[in-house]
Amino acid sequence: MTVKPHAVARLLNALLVLFTLCWLMPAAQALDVNVSGGKINPMPIAIAPFMASGGAEDTAATISGVIANDLTHSGYFNALPPNSFIEQISDFNATPRFADWRQIMAKALVTGQTYADSGGRVRVEFKLFDVNSGQLLAGQQFTASKANVRRVAHRIADMVYKALLGIDGYFDTRIVYVSESGPKDNRAKKLAIMDQDGFNPRVLLDTGEIILTPRFSPSSQEITFMAIGKDEPRVYIYNVDTRQREIVGSFPNMSFAPRFSPDGQRVIMSLQSDDGQNANVFEMDLRSRQMRQLTNEASINTAPSYAPDGGRITFESDRSGSQQVYVMNADGSGQKRISFGKGRYSTPVWSPDGQYIAFTKQAEGRFAIGVMKPDGSGERILTEGYHNEGPTWAPNGRVLMFFRDSQGDGGGPQLWSVDITGYNEQQVQTDGFASDPSWSPRLN
Amino acid sequence: MMSRMAGFKFATVCCCFLALAACSKKNTPSLDGGAGGAGGLNGGAGGVAQPGSKRDFSENVGDRVFFIVDQSNLTPEAQDTLSKQAQWLQQYGNVTVQVEGHSDERGTREYNIALSARRATAARNFLIEHGVPGKRISSIAYGKERPASLCDAEECWSQNRRAVTVITGGAN
Repeated sequence: MTVKPHAVARLLNALLVLFTLCWLMPAAQALDVNVSGGKINPMPIAIAPFMASGGAEDTAATISGVIANDLTHSGYFNALPPNSFIEQISDFNATPRFADWRQIMAKALVTGQTYADSGGRVRVEFKLFDVNSGQLLAGQQFTASKANVRRVAHRIADMVYKALLGIDGYFDTRIVYVSESGPKDNRAKKLAIMDQDGFNPRVLLDTGEIILTPRFSPSSQEITFMAIGKDEPRVYIYNVDTRQREIVGSFPNMSFAPRFSPDGQRVIMSLQSDDGQNANVFEMDLRSRQMRQLTNEASINTAPSYAPDGGRITFESDRSGSQQVYVMNADGSGQKRISFGKGRYSTPVWSPDGQYIAFTKQAEGRFAIGVMKPDGSGERILTEGYHNEGPTWAPNGRVLMFFRDSQGDGGGPQLWSVDITGYNEQQVQTDGFASDPSWSPRLN
Repeated sequence: MMSRMAGFKFATVCCCFLALAACSKKNTPSLDGGAGGAGGLNGGAGGVAQPGSKRDFSENVGDRVFFIVDQSNLTPEAQDTLSKQAQWLQQYGNVTVQVEGHSDERGTREYNIALSARRATAARNFLIEHGVPGKRISSIAYGKERPASLCDAEECWSQNRRAVTVITGGAN
């Protein structure tokens, strides 16, 4: 992202970051993350190399590396390079020499050890210290199969993040997305899943269909998506654990743009009208299969998303003549337009904490990702360019992921993430092109 | 439409210009007939298309019509092409078709699905109104997923906002 040269804008951004950080830092926290010069000033943290016994050396190195990577990528921490460490921790149970860690400017210290047992399982312990006070802030022991070592590390990173920032982490999560390959005019689009940090990618569905807009259930390992095969687009559900796929409902016309309710018991989506001209928002109860029509307009009403309490729904409609974002009650009453800026607004997604609605905004031939409050106030653009689309929220509401398409013969979509402040924009590494990311709930 | 951005205004103007340009050269099938295909009234290197064949349809009738940005109403040019399609489909009564609706890439995914469905419906309804039985015509919405022209500019996007009548049976 290019930094805006405008001094006033920079100052406003800096104040905004400061504000947000004040909000997210409980007053009682001993440690702080500073903001200066309009940028997040990340907290220096030392992740001591985890000690290993019983042949768990690889595991120990993986865990230290994953924790450092997670924390650094969040933008709120700077994992100090191990070659700068003065003390080499050799006894997990001994008190660290905090003066040595203060000298390298570390504010926090993570230590740990791993054992591999004869059954192929691994035991992992960690401790988190406030370097200035010497206080033990967190610590826990885990047992896991070797296949789950990265997940253990993500959970430790989540606990460190929470202990130091006072808000839940988002590292032990996954992303479902569309894996794209092949030429631009005949792209293969497969349903795929990976860990939040881009590791362990795997294709879930490779059927020759065009798979679009997968959305994780906020409460289970289920994904709802749409697929275009030989027939019109249809909405389906796929269970990641059982690998079962089922169609959602049986409708005479196409169904598209699905999303789960917060309890995972209902799917909200668009159905095309009988005359083919309009699309309206419907809700299906997955147990009773009862349908309820929520909008009834002679226009395109689509991309619905529930508020986290299930009481309201945001969606886009072109009833005014161009795409705009609306909010309504969950029964369809009280439909109200909330976007009034210059341009068109689409793909609204309610944040997990209920405070914001993220959207795609098109103006002057460019595509931006932004957030606004559910009453339409406080619009902020987080990133902008040739084509950015389809935001999804990390379960803690601090980070957004979206896809960015690029021009040219070799161009294609890639996944990116950005902090809610608009800082710390980063590409998420994938094998090949990727689009339509959707963040899972926390796995633990 | 005060909020519509300048880029789209420009795109619309371009598109109208293209439509007008096409009107003034009615016998040139490049816009309505041959985008992505062989083009040319009598075929190219392969000789004359056999009457009633898929090639006859795409080369001599024109298998696709184009739309203005965000619109699904049929331009006079599109109506002209679809009238010819309807005549041809009445002449060859065993032929079944699927009308594909498409959008350009300059929109969001879900909206483009709905917009392309509108376009497919508009083309299908026109064929039905002009005597082709509805049971011979299915439709499908592709959104922005299958662009025909690739150049990241209006000259291609205008080719991608289209409804294509694809023969699915009854003709070689």
